[in-house]
Amino acid sequence: MSESGNRIIIVGHGMAGARLAAELPARAGDAKITVLGAEQHRAYNRIMLSNLLAGKVDEAGVELTEAAGHGIDVQPGVQVTAVDPAARTVTTSRGDLLGYDHLVLATGGRALVPPLPGLDRDRLPDRVAVFRTLDDCRRILSVATGARRALVLGGGLLGLEAARGLATRGLDVHVVHPVRHLMERQLDPAAGAVLARTLAGLGVTAHLEVAASAVDARADGVTLTLSDGRELDADLLVLSCGVRPDVELARSAGLTVDRGVVVDDRLRTSDPHISAIGDCAQHAGVVTGLVAPAWEQARVLAQVLTGQDVRARYRPRPSVTRLKAAGIDLAAMGDPGLGLDPGVEELSFSDPVRGTYARLRIVGERLTGAIMLGDNPAVGTVIQLFDRGAPVPIDRRTLLLGRSRDTSSAPPVESPALMPDSATVCQCNTVRKGALVRCWRAGARSMDELVAGTRATTGCGSCRDAVEGILGWLSAIDTPETAEEVAA
Amino acid sequence: MTDGAQAATHSGDVSQEVATHCPYCALQCGMTLRRTADRVEVLPRQFPTNRGGLCQKGWTAAELLDHPDRLTTPLVRDRPGAELRPASWPEALDRVVSGIRRIQAEHGRDAVAVFGGGGLTNEKAYTLGKFARVALGTRNIDYNGRFCMSSAAAAGIRAFGIDRGLPFPLADLGTADTLLLVGANVAETMPPLVRYLIEQRERGGTLIVIDPRATATARQATLHLQPTPGTDLAVANALLHIALAEGWVDKHYVDARTSGFEQVRRVAASYWPARVEQLSGVPVADLEAAARALGTAGRTIILTARGAEQHAKGVDTVTAFINLALALGLPGRPGSGYGCLTGQGNGQGGREHGQKADQLPGYRRIDDPAARAHVAGVWGVRPEELPGPGISAYELLTALGTPDGPKALLVFGSNPVVSAPRANRVESRLRDLDLLVVADFVRSETAAIADVVLPTAQWAEEDGTMTNLEGRVLRRRALRPPPPGVRTDLAVLAELADRLGTGSDVEPAGGGSTARVGSAGTGTGPRFPADPRVVFEELRRASAGGVADYAGISWERIDAEDGVFWPCPTEDGAGTARLFADGFPTPDGRARFLPVEHRAAAEEVCPDYPVYLTTGRVLAQYQSGAQTRRIAPLHRAAPGAFLELHPDLAARLGVLDGDEVLVTSRRGEMRAPARLTGTIRPDTVFAPFHWAGQARINSVTSDALDPVSRMPEFKVCAVRVEKA
Repeated sequence: MSESGNRIIIVGHGMAGARLAAELPARAGDAKITVLGAEQHRAYNRIMLSNLLAGKVDEAGVELTEAAGHGIDVQPGVQVTAVDPAARTVTTSRGDLLGYDHLVLATGGRALVPPLPGLDRDRLPDRVAVFRTLDDCRRILSVATGARRALVLGGGLLGLEAARGLATRGLDVHVVHPVRHLMERQLDPAAGAVLARTLAGLGVTAHLEVAASAVDARADGVTLTLSDGRELDADLLVLSCGVRPDVELARSAGLTVDRGVVVDDRLRTSDPHISAIGDCAQHAGVVTGLVAPAWEQARVLAQVLTGQDVRARYRPRPSVTRLKAAGIDLAAMGDPGLGLDPGVEELSFSDPVRGTYARLRIVGERLTGAIMLGDNPAVGTVIQLFDRGAPVPIDRRTLLLGRSRDTSSAPPVESPALMPDSATVCQCNTVRKGALVRCWRAGARSMDELVAGTRATTGCGSCRDAVEGILGWLSAIDTPETAEEVAA
Repeated sequence: MTDGAQAATHSGDVSQEVATHCPYCALQCGMTLRRTADRVEVLPRQFPTNRGGLCQKGWTAAELLDHPDRLTTPLVRDRPGAELRPASWPEALDRVVSGIRRIQAEHGRDAVAVFGGGGLTNEKAYTLGKFARVALGTRNIDYNGRFCMSSAAAAGIRAFGIDRGLPFPLADLGTADTLLLVGANVAETMPPLVRYLIEQRERGGTLIVIDPRATATARQATLHLQPTPGTDLAVANALLHIALAEGWVDKHYVDARTSGFEQVRRVAASYWPARVEQLSGVPVADLEAAARALGTAGRTIILTARGAEQHAKGVDTVTAFINLALALGLPGRPGSGYGCLTGQGNGQGGREHGQKADQLPGYRRIDDPAARAHVAGVWGVRPEELPGPGISAYELLTALGTPDGPKALLVFGSNPVVSAPRANRVESRLRDLDLLVVADFVRSETAAIADVVLPTAQWAEEDGTMTNLEGRVLRRRALRPPPPGVRTDLAVLAELADRLGTGSDVEPAGGGSTARVGSAGTGTGPRFPADPRVVFEELRRASAGGVADYAGISWERIDAEDGVFWPCPTEDGAGTARLFADGFPTPDGRARFLPVEHRAAAEEVCPDYPVYLTTGRVLAQYQSGAQTRRIAPLHRAAPGAFLELHPDLAARLGVLDGDEVLVTSRRGEMRAPARLTGTIRPDTVFAPFHWAGQARINSVTSDALDPVSRMPEFKVCAVRVEKA
């Protein structure tokens, strides 16, 4: 039996809400699903906004599949202003009062605006923007067009995404970060240093260990004053100082709220008729802020709500941070491992000049953390091993250097003299070296005769060089004594 | 016994040498057969596909002709539990016919089923479908091609309106700038095709292979993507995602020649490379390199094979690669395109002419009234007399002997005891039949449990046509008559129809019953001719106007033109070597994009079954191995099954190279020696499916079916491996 009645309202049409809306109809039967999205847009992929900043795709290029048909009603541009859990209704910005049997909060998060002189968080100056929504992107792009220099405040993942996007447009980008190294939540200092060097090569300069102290935004530019007294001028300032879960509705509805809306393994809030997923939800003390867990939550909730699997439970998996763009290839997962721990096996490789760095931490044959930056051929394997908790290879080098040697392309052509008689030269016709030698002994002295006598090379033909090599070797040693030897 | 095949081709009774094609895979390599004093000799022949190449299977194909295991007399089992014993043809056929009559009288016409094969000639596949619908009046016919080509076929039809494996000549592969092979191990399954890969490489082309194993083919690639089994679809969507982001999509082509792109574009937006990297294990950098090679080359070809197709999401996986091909503007562009590599010898023709449950000749649908009217007209029956669609191969096999299922099965050209998924279940269903009839030339594992075995001719003893992987119709030519006691499949079907009383033609506007007594060969000629040339002439009429239109193809034209590509509707018009140059055979002439999403394999790994199993082939064996296991040089080259596993996995299991291991799934188990190799992922094991008994990996494989094609998920299931 389904846990809910037929009317499901989803508040929020971002990555989590849109995913749930897409998952539900396929499973829901006759449920009536209403999605209320505050943003005035179709469902879009927030992950791709940095590509939009970079000018690699247009707005249509970031649109996601939208749930449609099957009694689903998507209403963009509609805010929910109040929830009445007792009456099971929501009030919208249009003044509608909508009843629900089950309500899902997918309200996401809001970009933080730091409390700096010169910034009004409710009304940012034209040349200052946060970087979270499609509208934010439009704001940034409207200023970035014709701009030469941009500042990004905050050197976390999102700030660096924005920075490299703007750098791709040809802007001179400066990132101001108050901590000693970039992405300190995911990286160790050495990786942070390699990353800073890589970014410098892409036109992004990092200013580390320095805070911002004031903003002066004018019609023709913006100046950021730093705590060391420096002043950085630019055409544009992007604030990337973190995201806070949007919990206002939940709080005013009387739901249990900590940093996020507190949910259990079934994504249920303190009200059994209300669930929460995505960036606004807090599960087991964690607010994730990432897409993979939000989508997993959407999948689990869809199973629970439709009764497809009422026992479905959300089990958080360790998350992987990935920054991949032209010139940058960064994967970070698990504990960055800042201290040495005798119980932890460490692997590392560093080639800072070429921008390559890898550090892996292994406990009991399982990866507990990894940082990989630059050209690491095994990065896909490392991510999967970490994600699935699978045992690491016995030969640890393959994690740093890629596939083990015997999987690299075709085996080198061996010297005919050293090749054992039992070596298969022609795979298609199972012709071993011994058979070629016997054929030669029996009188074959040309390729045509060898081929006719053994069928070597007559399948795919790729062993032709090897057979010619053996013929050459046999001809070269064709003296009475050695011929005896070969024949023996 | 008269054999039409001989009469049709030769003025004398035998010839000393004929130009024909290999009996095995869909490459249908050209070969010459020559009679010497004591044997039949095989010589490679220059033909536009194999260019004079042959693999070991082809070279040794004639060794089965006079093999001691060759069946030369019918066999009959007197009662369950008794041994098969030799019998005369009249006795064996009486047993078949009386069994069919009794079962149909008691349980209805659908209680007798037919199972065909993708190795049968066009003439035989066509006749088998007609025999089921007209002589038996049963809807229950399907064939082993369901396990082979059905996913690619369904995806091709829904995207292009047509399913021809390669819509361009094979030679195009050699000139491709970028060639992508998805789940295709051609270096083992069709070695002479590798000549085109070598040509492609020598011209500076890029070869990309997607395969969970570093196969002999993957090792020749410029770039090998080695995904977790069951994640190809996500990889394809990621490649499209990158192509969109990088501006490699051919917008003009998409606008002018396709429909449905917007929806697919939005689906692709949710397959950003890092997400797919985590799903598949393929590094983002490799996904990007592959997308670049595909998106920026001049001539680009994308090919899928069983690795991508034999999944419970096989149709959607193929669709994902077709979407990619369409977005890049490949289909119909000279030198570019999408295609699938057909497997069995007549895997193409065998899926066109009516041995499929839902199909009539010419690739017509059996539920289409116009198709029924046309074919009924050719067959001399009323459209309403034709049965409707039957059920698919695995569903048919698992219904056998059940209260509501068929009670009798006639098998031609297939060995499902070895080749079907969840084969232990299929075997027990076959054993529960009241009557199992197998036509074969050796005692296959399926023949061994039959009630009646009918010895049939081999390829060198019959004439007919085969349609190769390019859609090129070829001539198979007889070198010699079948040995005494052996009949052709067509002769067997003709004789059975005759004995069932449906062998002669009905008069136009005849009475209410199609069953009439009378001997063949009078008046308008037999309804079920044994002469393949006569059958082909009828097939031409039956296929006329269909998607796979053979109306303009004659044996003479095939001889004169090195084969003729279908569709070929008229005798004076050329065949169609390249499809889609001007449009697609869809209602609006546009190819269709269809949004497809990744989904997990039907059975994912878990603590009890922690390892993925995937299955496939080895070079020296073919299909169920019934033929190739009996050929000494092939047996020496590949003497038995094995389980391929990574040294890391083996070390954790305490297994050494050569140790006997036990592979267990929720369905069954298999034993074979371990073969350790670094070419496989540590989370995956591989076994070839050519062997029977304890070494039968299909005892273990999954019977989850694709919702559209009903293709079983041979290529991924969850297993436990332990030292036996």
